[in-house]
Amino acid sequence: MNTAIKKYYYGDIPDGAADNSNIKNNTATENAWPLWEVFIRSKQGLDHKHAGSLHAADAQMAIENARDVYTRRQEGISLWVVESKYIHASNPDDAEMFYEPASDKVYRHPTFYDLPEELKHM
Amino acid sequence: MTLHDLEKAFQHKIDNEIKIEPKDWMPEAYRKTNLRQISQHAHSEIVGMLPEGNWISRAPSLKRKAILIAKVQDEAGHGLYLYSAAETLGTSREQMIDDLHSGKAKYSSIFNYPTLTWADMGAVGWLVDGAAILNQVMLCRTSYGPYARAMVRICKEESFHQRQGFETLLVLSKGTKEQRDMCQDAINRWWWPSLMMFGPKDSESTNSDQSMKWKIKRKTNDELRQNFIDMIAEQIKLLGMTLPDPDLKWNEERKHYDFGEINWEEFWNVVKGNGPCNKQRLAARNKAHDEGAWVRAAALAYSEKRKNRLNNKAA
Repeated sequence: MNTAIKKYYYGDIPDGAADNSNIKNNTATENAWPLWEVFIRSKQGLDHKHAGSLHAADAQMAIENARDVYTRRQEGISLWVVESKYIHASNPDDAEMFYEPASDKVYRHPTFYDLPEELKHM
Repeated sequence: MTLHDLEKAFQHKIDNEIKIEPKDWMPEAYRKTNLRQISQHAHSEIVGMLPEGNWISRAPSLKRKAILIAKVQDEAGHGLYLYSAAETLGTSREQMIDDLHSGKAKYSSIFNYPTLTWADMGAVGWLVDGAAILNQVMLCRTSYGPYARAMVRICKEESFHQRQGFETLLVLSKGTKEQRDMCQDAINRWWWPSLMMFGPKDSESTNSDQSMKWKIKRKTNDELRQNFIDMIAEQIKLLGMTLPDPDLKWNEERKHYDFGEINWEEFWNVVKGNGPCNKQRLAARNKAHDEGAWVRAAALAYSEKRKNRLNNKAA
């Protein structure tokens, strides 16, 4: 299914249409900063929520950068940063098998139980 | 699962408006198209800081200077959100920056035009950001999850950019004759390049359109361009200015504005690197990156030092 995409959209300028004859090839030689995931608590009493990621040399600088990048409009009152390599994720290919056992246990939901209308405060 | 099954399952998700996430299987061409588009978008935000940065030190008042700084800072942030989204597709930040600086990667051609007067800050905000917003609003619903999320964040911030641009022009339009002339001149110079931002005409392609099928895009170039023209043709009345197109007029039958022919030769020329500021922009990016090398090195050295100090304390 490698259909060539010939129509050029806004923000998608084809490589071929540009004159690339003068390209110098400098490879990334510098030490790259690690990637961090940023979590923001928007106000007291709420959970920290994933906001995005950024690169920084260490945790302190990651927090400072996250302040500048993700909270320019008072989006948060508390920040967490976690180096991305320490995040472990479930495998999307296993999702069906992994989460399926919960799908036939409707009795775990309050709506499963038929109760008389007269019953109050429940 | 065979490749065919995987592709079928993938398209099924897209058809049912289920977002694609980084670890999900995706066709190689989908990955590549997204990667090219998101990184070009990121580069556009970063290079887009240059024409406006030009006016920070010359803004007419402290208020305007503060606004301009905030806007340019937003653009750096937008570039960063987008680079992060692109990185989830398996490239590195360094690689993308290298590709921008070597001239291999592209960015929106609009930023290869010069900002000659203060009124250009207004015209850029109103027209250039206005055009970008139409595209970005559409992209909030793009099929690749990280791109869509970055776009939602960007759209929230971007609307101030367009409003401040219009307000800048509004103030000029009520000013002295010189100020009004400056306002009209900026509109004249930015109008056609803004229309070119939407890319070539739909009729230039006979191919079936994979980007639409994959819901990376949901509107064609011509649809977005027409939306933009209809919007701006009304807004400009409030400025008491005119758009530099004698063919621009309301078409009652189509319920849209008709407009004149765009100079596509100019468009391709700028894309190919021959615009008024292509060389200057790349030179400025390279200079900034080279001159910032010591800052990056210092940050790494400092983090090492801080780590060692902690270790020594623990020992």
